[in-house]
Amino acid sequence: MEIEKFVSELPALKIRKTADGIASFDCSVEDLVLASTILRDKFNFESLNNISALDFGEELTENRYGAVYHFYSHANKEYASLRVVCQSVKEPKIPSLCPVYKGADWLERECFDMMGIVFEGHPRLARILMWDNYPYYPLRKDFPLAGKEAPLPPSFEGNENATKVEPAPEEGGPFHAPSSSTEFCAQREPRSAE
Amino acid sequence: MDDFTQQGFDAKNEQGFVYTKLDAAINWVRANSIWPQPMGLACCAIELMAVGGSRFDIARFGMEVMRFSPRQSDCMIVAGTVSYKMAGSIKRIYDQMASPKWVIAMGACASSGGMFRTYSTLQGVDKIIPVDVYVAGCPTRPEALLDAMVSLQKKIGQERSTKALFSK
Repeated sequence: MEIEKFVSELPALKIRKTADGIASFDCSVEDLVLASTILRDKFNFESLNNISALDFGEELTENRYGAVYHFYSHANKEYASLRVVCQSVKEPKIPSLCPVYKGADWLERECFDMMGIVFEGHPRLARILMWDNYPYYPLRKDFPLAGKEAPLPPSFEGNENATKVEPAPEEGGPFHAPSSSTEFCAQREPRSAE
Repeated sequence: MDDFTQQGFDAKNEQGFVYTKLDAAINWVRANSIWPQPMGLACCAIELMAVGGSRFDIARFGMEVMRFSPRQSDCMIVAGTVSYKMAGSIKRIYDQMASPKWVIAMGACASSGGMFRTYSTLQGVDKIIPVDVYVAGCPTRPEALLDAMVSLQKKIGQERSTKALFSK
């Protein structure tokens, strides 16, 4: 891919260095739709392969959430990626790519479901994996792995007393590895929470 | 009538009658024509299909009539991870099955949540429906499921089936 030509079309883009040599750019939220349209129309990136949502950590008060868009060109057999970061922590918003790539529909719904990023202009931004009245965003860093108490899915209608949604037991696993770099191997070893 | 049959049943002396207990007769009928309902939810369902195939052949035990309707089946085989989103439907389908009915929790996930100790997974299908036989394995080997079905047959053989008929 001609990286210089792409940057000359949109000077606001910043080139990111990647270990595998894939063309990768930092993009502002406002430029995202324009940048992906240019990628599609002028550089033959016909497909949007994936959207990964980012959470940089619960201690941040701004620029906490973001998303990485992975594009693939079947004509040129190459990848490109765009990374956007939303400034607001309370209401992270990114414009929807559905008008540009139809395949963005479910990908954006999954990002919304798991990370709570709102894609503005999405035709139907509903939860896709969890049930509709689920109140949390489970892949956020401040959400415990075991889960939290939550209202039952609508499929339990008439059977509300059968069970309840409660945190899963953590005894004996799953195993957590400390994210910070600790000095000793024994401390880095993944352990059960209890 | 050959010699072998005559050893068990002598038509001349027994006058065409077979004597047994009602419990034993009912249980014999129930245990030897289990109609399972495959509740396939995850990879255990693949092993369940292998059980139905020619290599492991559940038909040897008289349970090959897999029914996909709760109205026509009497043994639900819960094969796979039970998510909260699916659990309500499983409970509803179990309620729609006609009595007598039995449940097999196939594999680690259906028995206890397995490796999925997370926000989205019901920690064992026994939280919503009563389970008769738990099968270990991740996923369960077909032989283990056959063993569970035979265990269920033995369990049915011990039931007091007439109690429900005559109690007020």
